Amino acid sequence: MNKADIGLGFSLNRVGAMVRRYWYLLRSSWPRILDLVYWPTVQMLMWGFLQLYVSQNAGFFARAGGVFIGSVLLWDILFRGQLGFSISFLEEMYAHNLGNIMMSPLRPVEFIVSLMIMSIVRLSIGMIPVTFLAIAFFGFNLWSLGFALVAFFINLILTSWAIGIFVAGLLLRNGMGAESLAWTIMFLFLPLTCVYYPVSVLPHWLQYFSWALPPTYVFEGMRALLIDHVFRTDLMLEALGFNIVLFAGASFAFLKLLASARKHGSLLQTGE
Amino acid sequence: MDASAQSAISVDRLTKIYKGTMAVDGISFRLPRGSITGLLGGNGAGKTTTIAIIMGLVMPTAGHVAVLGAEMPKERYRVLHRMNFESPYVDMPMRLTVRQNLSVFAQLYGVADIGERIANLAADLDLTEFLDRQTGKLSAGQKTRVSLAKALLNRPEVLLLDEPTASLDPDTADWVRTRLENYRREHSATILLASHNMNEVERLCERVIIMKRGRIEDDDVPDRLLARYGRETLEEVFLDVARGRGGQHEAAQ
Repeated sequence: MNKADIGLGFSLNRVGAMVRRYWYLLRSSWPRILDLVYWPTVQMLMWGFLQLYVSQNAGFFARAGGVFIGSVLLWDILFRGQLGFSISFLEEMYAHNLGNIMMSPLRPVEFIVSLMIMSIVRLSIGMIPVTFLAIAFFGFNLWSLGFALVAFFINLILTSWAIGIFVAGLLLRNGMGAESLAWTIMFLFLPLTCVYYPVSVLPHWLQYFSWALPPTYVFEGMRALLIDHVFRTDLMLEALGFNIVLFAGASFAFLKLLASARKHGSLLQTGE
Repeated sequence: MDASAQSAISVDRLTKIYKGTMAVDGISFRLPRGSITGLLGGNGAGKTTTIAIIMGLVMPTAGHVAVLGAEMPKERYRVLHRMNFESPYVDMPMRLTVRQNLSVFAQLYGVADIGERIANLAADLDLTEFLDRQTGKLSAGQKTRVSLAKALLNRPEVLLLDEPTASLDPDTADWVRTRLENYRREHSATILLASHNMNEVERLCERVIIMKRGRIEDDDVPDRLLARYGRETLEEVFLDVARGRGGQHEAAQ
């Protein structure tokens, strides 16, 4: 594996060029911006009203105020974080611009860092207004979680980037045939990471898989905070540990897939 | 200093096999600095694969390629900022304006004085009035000029061109060729040009490499090729090679 592929000669200037390129694209297209906001809003409203309904009819849900809305907002950080990363990458393939990028002095690690930055930008545009709508409609203030929110966010965004990096590698190696994975891969995490219910609900054997996924610790941590009013540092540290392993594995897989794409000539044919 | 370090591009016994199919079959050539060479061949001859390996985009199965003394693709980041390419099969982002596209690529290539460089190139390539227009709204000829501007942004010492005038009207194509001649003369750049347009190759190239089924079938200056095949034009030579007619040189042998 080439030393440059793993980060030697890193240039913030080139990262800035790529971020500028994605920003120009985003601001030139209002449907792209609308798309960032509308689905998180719909999700938050649907789950918020559902929670309102069941809380009026069940004592447990009355105590667990905000669990559903909290879950859907944190899930959107995970899902939209990965989507923000992958869509920026896909934009290069849609534009047939990947050849220009891959033959420029831009290092793979710089490309990945620029995609991470754009994932945060897109997430911010989509999620920040929705968190204020949650306050307005349901009195649920995600920002009041304070330090816990920071811990939740770091762990969720790390997972979303790791998955985004892996999907980018698959796209480089397999072309647009792997596009649908970019849109759907995170839904595999939805039942397994126990976004809306505790891990104990799963069959015993499935719980082992669930606890191997970093977001599971975040959603359990959120429930502990909202229901029992306890911040579980242990869960956050465990999530971080799993995230480091996941991120390293995804980065390694990306570089291997890129090397394989160079070997098989896939970078010349990034169509279907 | 060995010959590969002195050459701008050195290709040595290069082989590329895709899933059992021989795309490039042990070819060798060296391009001196400041030269302009045409790479000819029909579809599937191995031109695009050869150029892609020279750019570090594809890993060779065997053999070596060096550009400006750097082994490709292993040492590509030593020289990518000194190279550039243009191909009608690679687009620039359509929603970005010409100026935005050029400034992003200028930054990627580490160009100093980006604004001034873009203004000079725009004036030279007659793009000034389009600079703030979306790239996707330009005509084919205007897009080709934008791609050429991108390819010249970093004043490359090695320029790889894949069908640089494909889909252009004769006037615009002629205009592009003149710009390439000027650039090569002013910057002593090494240019490797893959083309199906024989008039273009005859006008621009001082040397022609003809490929067929992954191999080099012939490699010489245009005049000697014409004499050897007993033909008036490179197009006739190309057809002789493509259809397996060796020409007069074979008859003489």
